[in-house]
Amino acid sequence: MFLPCSIETDHKDLIHDVSFDFHGRRMATCSSDHSIKVWDKSESGDWQCTAIWKSHNGSVWHVTWAHPEFGQVLASCSFDRTAAVWEEVVGESNKKLREQSHWVKRTTLLGSRTSVTDVKFAPKHMGLMLATCSADGIVRIYEAPDVMNLSQWSLQHEISCKLSCSCISWNPSVSRAHSPMIAVGSNDNSPKAMAKVQIFEYNENTRKYAEAETLMTATDTVHDIAFAPNLGRSFHILAIATKDVRIFTLKPVRKELTSSGGPTKFEIHMVAQFDNHNSQVWRVSWNITGTVLASSGDDGCVRLWKAIYMDNWKCTGILKHHWSPVNGSSQLGN
Amino acid sequence: MEELDCEPAITWIPGVNSKKKQMCFDWGPGEMLLCETSFSKKVDTSEKVPSCPFIYIVRKDVDVYSQILRKLFNESHGIFIGLQRIEEELTGKSRKAQLVRVSKNYRSVIRACMEEMHQVAIAAKDPASGRQFSSQVSILSAMELIWNLCEILFIEVAPAGPLLLHLLDWVRLHVCEVDSLSADVLGSENPSKHESFWNLVTVLVLQGRLDEARQMLSKEADANPSCASMCRILGDLMRTMPILSPGNTQTLTELELKWQHWREECERHLQDSTFAASPRLEALCKIMLGDEATLLEHKELLSNWYHFLVTRLLYSNPTVKPIDLHFYAQSSLDMFLGGESSPEPLDNILMAAFEFDIHQVIKECSIALSNWWFVAHLTDLLDHCRLLQSHNLYFGSNMREFLLLEYASGLFAHHSLWQLGVDYFDYCPELGRVSLELHIERIPLNTEQKALKVLRICEQRQMTEQVRSICKILAMKAVRNNRLGSALSWSIRAKDAAFATLVSDRFLRDYCERGCFSDLDLIDNLGPAMMLSDRLTFLVYHSAGISPDLLFLKVCL
Repeated sequence: MFLPCSIETDHKDLIHDVSFDFHGRRMATCSSDHSIKVWDKSESGDWQCTAIWKSHNGSVWHVTWAHPEFGQVLASCSFDRTAAVWEEVVGESNKKLREQSHWVKRTTLLGSRTSVTDVKFAPKHMGLMLATCSADGIVRIYEAPDVMNLSQWSLQHEISCKLSCSCISWNPSVSRAHSPMIAVGSNDNSPKAMAKVQIFEYNENTRKYAEAETLMTATDTVHDIAFAPNLGRSFHILAIATKDVRIFTLKPVRKELTSSGGPTKFEIHMVAQFDNHNSQVWRVSWNITGTVLASSGDDGCVRLWKAIYMDNWKCTGILKHHWSPVNGSSQLGN
Repeated sequence: MEELDCEPAITWIPGVNSKKKQMCFDWGPGEMLLCETSFSKKVDTSEKVPSCPFIYIVRKDVDVYSQILRKLFNESHGIFIGLQRIEEELTGKSRKAQLVRVSKNYRSVIRACMEEMHQVAIAAKDPASGRQFSSQVSILSAMELIWNLCEILFIEVAPAGPLLLHLLDWVRLHVCEVDSLSADVLGSENPSKHESFWNLVTVLVLQGRLDEARQMLSKEADANPSCASMCRILGDLMRTMPILSPGNTQTLTELELKWQHWREECERHLQDSTFAASPRLEALCKIMLGDEATLLEHKELLSNWYHFLVTRLLYSNPTVKPIDLHFYAQSSLDMFLGGESSPEPLDNILMAAFEFDIHQVIKECSIALSNWWFVAHLTDLLDHCRLLQSHNLYFGSNMREFLLLEYASGLFAHHSLWQLGVDYFDYCPELGRVSLELHIERIPLNTEQKALKVLRICEQRQMTEQVRSICKILAMKAVRNNRLGSALSWSIRAKDAAFATLVSDRFLRDYCERGCFSDLDLIDNLGPAMMLSDRLTFLVYHSAGISPDLLFLKVCL
């Protein structure tokens, strides 16, 4: 990999999340300075900040883009116990006035008694839907039934995880054989908290989400979780960021063998475990084809993992800080 | 199949020397975003942490952005498509000839690119970029070297006899200082007195260019009468060395017999100390007898072990069989390096080729080369030669497809090269289609022209979901920008009745507010598409201001 450019963000405090839009031509950043910034890539390839606004009353932990089929929409979640949905409003049809666009808050999603730790849009085939999770142990799923009116969101589900939640991931599979599914990771430190990854599946009959599986081997704090994009596999792949990087496969067991009407049962295998970070792993994320997993840890590195052969994963790249001196002191390495 | 066990490549991200930080990141279609953060600071404190103000954008494949390599990608794309299309028609002998021709085409494209890059390297204004271009030239040169050897061994499948001739050509093509040396020496007033004269003669002998060497010797004979008779004798030996020439009807056994006799004659001259008075001439005779010690004294002129190998074979076993190559190759490498240095990646690749271990060649090349162009195209060609066993890789696809998918994905990061990528995906039967679907919907639709191009590609392949999605995205964008007519036509193309209804509602609302319709032309000319949604039909009726019956007729005609 190589580094073509760096952008000065001018956030006043720590940045917690960076997010590309669907096409990689816009990005959003969010910070402990309570603001969100949106950046656009020009034709010549330069990035410019086109919007900045105070979005919450506390650190903003995550910012994420909706699918462009729904327009230019962002969701954010914060320490201030809320999540919010934002929509970009373009200026008047006066074409001369190509001013900077501005973003309008469409709704505030209340209800959590604690910091909202993650927010993720559902796969687009489910409509305009998102899920949040909080330290209060509840996953909330909201839907906007009218995509032309984003101020109307209804709380569709409240899933009680009984553990403080740190991260969620929607299963992106569009296959009709797969029901909607969401994985939840926990950073709960209490002694009763054993398995820290739960998987909930939507049941067509009860019209509710029910717990389908827990990953019994994931007993350490989970910081991040991510389903891989599915290129037509019958089974699912899930990565978690915990004290190391772990990759699991979840193979649905044939429905005839389980009690009908209940959630799908899965055969769960851990196909990879990497402790190369030698420290807590905080983020995991898949590339768009689900062929490479990236992880970031306390060691200050981002590592890339690729499956070359069946279930055979290798680290194929490392992105590391190159400490350069601020005041002319000696330089480390190259 | 062994694993790719090698050290992962490290990319350095510049940072400020503040207290230790971690990085948050996000994947984009072609790039990755990275930013310094601190993960443990999840509790909101009012204490401001010194923040690193930078975001870094990282790209996977630098080659895709090179102007000169652009030509390589474009032209090899044409060759690739041609190869896929003629596949079915190829049978028997003509098949092999065709495949060799394809291989030579690829190689000439590499050479053309190398030449252009070389010119740019020379013309470079600053030394750093000059060095960078030169290093690219070396990489391209190595690629051509490897490809050429693979062509000889795997595609041409040269048998004993012709094999050596091909290897000689191969070496002559790639150790090319001879030509400039030759120009220098021959261009001078007194060639035989030139300081590089003997180097030139030696190199010519090492490369089996005995006619030229003999000509050099006659110059020496003219200039130095005391050596004349020795030069003549050596020249005769050079002239009479039996060698297989194309079209020669003698059998290998006949050739070998003649060659043994010739060797004995050379040997006799050495025994008789014919050349004792001229150590240089004697050395040449020893070389022609394949004397390893003498050959190794000329390491500088040989410049690499595979040249040493071919020279050895020429003068000690010219009828070498392909399966015996690797013995000579390994010992040549060992002797040449002499324990002083270790083999480099290129050496390992060539060695794997001499061992006829195609999978090892591909694996080593994948590791050594930063971009997938080379391994993808070479593997595809070798696959057409039916040389690859199908191993079960991740996703269940085979090696050829795996590499083509990697290469094509890389192309999609580029704003115009992605169009080449489409064709590569088309020829990947397992995962090509779904990979294309995932990549093509991420292409930024900055202009209408580009959007139409993308849509056409999707429609040609019946990728109805991608067509729908792209049109919906454009419809939404149009609505946001209050271009309702455009929104309507995109939602019709998306066959999205619900959205067409929503847009029609907006039109009607507009009408109520302003008393007139915008985009009347567009609504007027919808034709049968207006039946997509009731609201749309209603809209068309009212904009036309005519009775429904007449409108019905208008639609049908």
